[in-house]
Amino acid sequence: MKKISPFWIVVVAVIIAGLVFTSTVKNEYYFNAAYVVLQALLMAVAWNVLGGFTGYVNFGSAGFFAVGAYTAIALDKAFGLPLPLLILASGTVCGLIGLALGYLTLRLKGVYFAIATLAMAIVFETLVVNWAYVGGAKGAYILTPDSHLWFDSYIQMLFMVMLLLALAAIAVSRYLNSSRLGRGLAAIRDDEVAAECAGVPTLRLKLISATVMGVMMGVAGAPYPFFVTFVDPVSAFNLFIAVNSIAMPMIGGTAHWIGPVIGALLVGSLQEIITVTVSSELNILFVGLMLVGFITLAPQGIVGLVRKFRGRKP
Amino acid sequence: MISADLFSNAVVSGILLGGFYAAVAVGLAITFGQLDIVNIAHPAFVIVGSYTAWIINTRTGLDPVLAGILVTPIFFLVGVAIYRIYYAAFERTGQESLSGLAFFFGLMFIIEVTLILVYGVDYRLVNAAYIGESIDIGFVGIPYRMLVPFIVAVLLTGGVYLYLSRTFTGRAILAVAQDRLALQLMGADPVRVKQFAFGLAIATTAIAGSLLIIIGPVEPSVGRLYIGRVFAIVVLAGMGSIPGMVVAALIIGVVETMVGTFMGPSWSPAVSFGVLLLTLAVRPAGLFGRQ
Amino acid sequence: MSTPVLEVRALVKRFGGFVALNGVDLHVGAGERLGLIGPNGSGKTTMINCISGALYNDEGSIIFEGRDITRMAPHQRTRLGVARSFQIPKPFRSMTVLENLRVPLEYAAWNRAEHRHITDEAMAVLESIGLKHCAQQNSAGLTQVDMRKLELARALAAKPRLLVSDEAMAGLSNAEVDEILEILLALNKRGVAVIMIEHIMRAVMRFSQRVVVLDAGEKIAEGTPDEIVRNPDVERAYLGE
Repeated sequence: MKKISPFWIVVVAVIIAGLVFTSTVKNEYYFNAAYVVLQALLMAVAWNVLGGFTGYVNFGSAGFFAVGAYTAIALDKAFGLPLPLLILASGTVCGLIGLALGYLTLRLKGVYFAIATLAMAIVFETLVVNWAYVGGAKGAYILTPDSHLWFDSYIQMLFMVMLLLALAAIAVSRYLNSSRLGRGLAAIRDDEVAAECAGVPTLRLKLISATVMGVMMGVAGAPYPFFVTFVDPVSAFNLFIAVNSIAMPMIGGTAHWIGPVIGALLVGSLQEIITVTVSSELNILFVGLMLVGFITLAPQGIVGLVRKFRGRKP
Repeated sequence: MISADLFSNAVVSGILLGGFYAAVAVGLAITFGQLDIVNIAHPAFVIVGSYTAWIINTRTGLDPVLAGILVTPIFFLVGVAIYRIYYAAFERTGQESLSGLAFFFGLMFIIEVTLILVYGVDYRLVNAAYIGESIDIGFVGIPYRMLVPFIVAVLLTGGVYLYLSRTFTGRAILAVAQDRLALQLMGADPVRVKQFAFGLAIATTAIAGSLLIIIGPVEPSVGRLYIGRVFAIVVLAGMGSIPGMVVAALIIGVVETMVGTFMGPSWSPAVSFGVLLLTLAVRPAGLFGRQ
Repeated sequence: MSTPVLEVRALVKRFGGFVALNGVDLHVGAGERLGLIGPNGSGKTTMINCISGALYNDEGSIIFEGRDITRMAPHQRTRLGVARSFQIPKPFRSMTVLENLRVPLEYAAWNRAEHRHITDEAMAVLESIGLKHCAQQNSAGLTQVDMRKLELARALAAKPRLLVSDEAMAGLSNAEVDEILEILLALNKRGVAVIMIEHIMRAVMRFSQRVVVLDAGEKIAEGTPDEIVRNPDVERAYLGE
């Protein structure tokens, strides 16, 4: 008999807990907060597929996210597509952008990819600012659809959608991390020349992981317009999104799939608390300081610290 | 039909702007071009330079450029300190490609947010007698707020170029990138050379920042637009070549002004990033690069 | 002479104006042990970089087992059966020694490996090379000589028919050099052709059936170790005139 991995038991338990949460809790604040944390979690997991597993830094997470959001806005306005199709479309568009950007720059030294992602975000921001159909610089209001399945409110449904997307991303990332493909990616991260000489098709693997990252980030952006109901370039391309998606994996630990999950849950929850109790500016500064602090003092993140601790006391 | 005076005005202000861009990029040409340190936070230091000039100028009335020059030693020391952290935490352990990049990204973010927390998001500007004046040559008007930064930028860039090519330490900096053996034969310690060079690069941002705030008002997030510009310039030039960098800066300045004049200012941020992406795709070695 | 496993024809490689290889021919018979020597800057490293695909040659062609591999990417060459080790060891630092071997087994030798027994195959390679005791150790913490062994082990795990060994012995003690030599000889006995690039003459002369000497991008001599030792051109290249 094949044993079911504890991972899937946890996944099912989390889904059930999510459903229980939606049917018992009425205060919308909790769903808003949970949605924000889950969105950041999804972005962190996405960033880590390329950044953590493969070793290529993406500074343009906000660009991918915003393109996902604006793809949804445009298609919603043009055809009024249902949310699942919008998510699919945004994922496809951003996956293709990841692929194209990777194809252009992943053959060069790693830093060029990092700078190109930064450039890509600004180029797309400029395009959106000048694109009147989706509101241009002024932004766009999005009507929330009336139907929300069996949920009490639309935000409850969005929360559940984001929960499922995040779980799916974690499952993909876990698979990548522990499979043959993942070992190929880790070999690239450790030493690209040696990886190539061990038979690893490095360019193809890098493109795969850039595409997967793009898809995940696009998917994360697609429901965003319906969550905030007003989107403008400044909020969608917010640098804070990019910083969070780097900081969370770095703080949690980049080499293992659980790293970004831990980092996102920890930092994301702390952020919600600080925003409510202190101020949102300080919260932003706090993330920056955490990021720099962790990468200088604990480059392996929380996962690394735990391993070290366990190693000393077996 | 494009009118001649609009066109020549755009070319002239493009060249003036490009000269100023060279001053902003010259520090990065050292760190990124010579030392292989991807200092994403470089433009953030330029903004700190602007705020320093603004504080000194509003408190004492001192000329912003003089204020910028005055604080270069402090910027130099800050640069040395940052390199020490960078070296100890990343370069020594071979972590620079992932963690090192993230480090500078975080640094940039901390600088920006701190400036916002302390001074808010209002635009700040400086006072000097020449700001607001201009000279007319034919139908081309040259405002002093562009001309003064241009001249100072030329002096700064030229000075750095002469320093690198003529002095012992300067040549050691060039050797760090190209020929480690030669460096050892010269009896110089690579880490100390890099530390000095990094300090020098950060020191230039004090002056570049004072020029930035003469050209126009500054707020903390302005720095982000300069990331694309400085990296586009250094990459287009072909990593580390100072004369090449000046040419690249002038190209970016002129193209940006053209696009701003004839297509609208909302398009100009995309210029440098577009050039950057295009260069990486078509000719990653840059215009004047080796290979 | 046996049928060649590798045939390099009129190889030219330039770096800007500098000609690193100027029309060099080289052939390696199946199961042969070839020594490739020459002074610093003679083009040895460029030669093996061209053979492994790290660099592309400007002119000439490289034929492996009858197939033209001149334009092939390095990973494709490894999959066909050309493996190399690096002079400065390049272990996958985040992995254990065992996992290091899984990479070539799962990629280079994927079509030839027993997919269910990857771990067993990796262990067998480690045993043959004398690294079995540190299979679970992190590869970043190995000693110099074990690092070199890991390089060879990883190349072996790709199941090559030609191994290019780039200065696997530089900086090792005499006893350690002998250890590496034994490994290479044992490997050759199983039918793998070996090109050995080495500065340690004692090792090259003991190991090689045939020696090729490069100087300033050209082949200046070729023959048995005995012939090479007595060749006046070789002496001149090494000692100057």
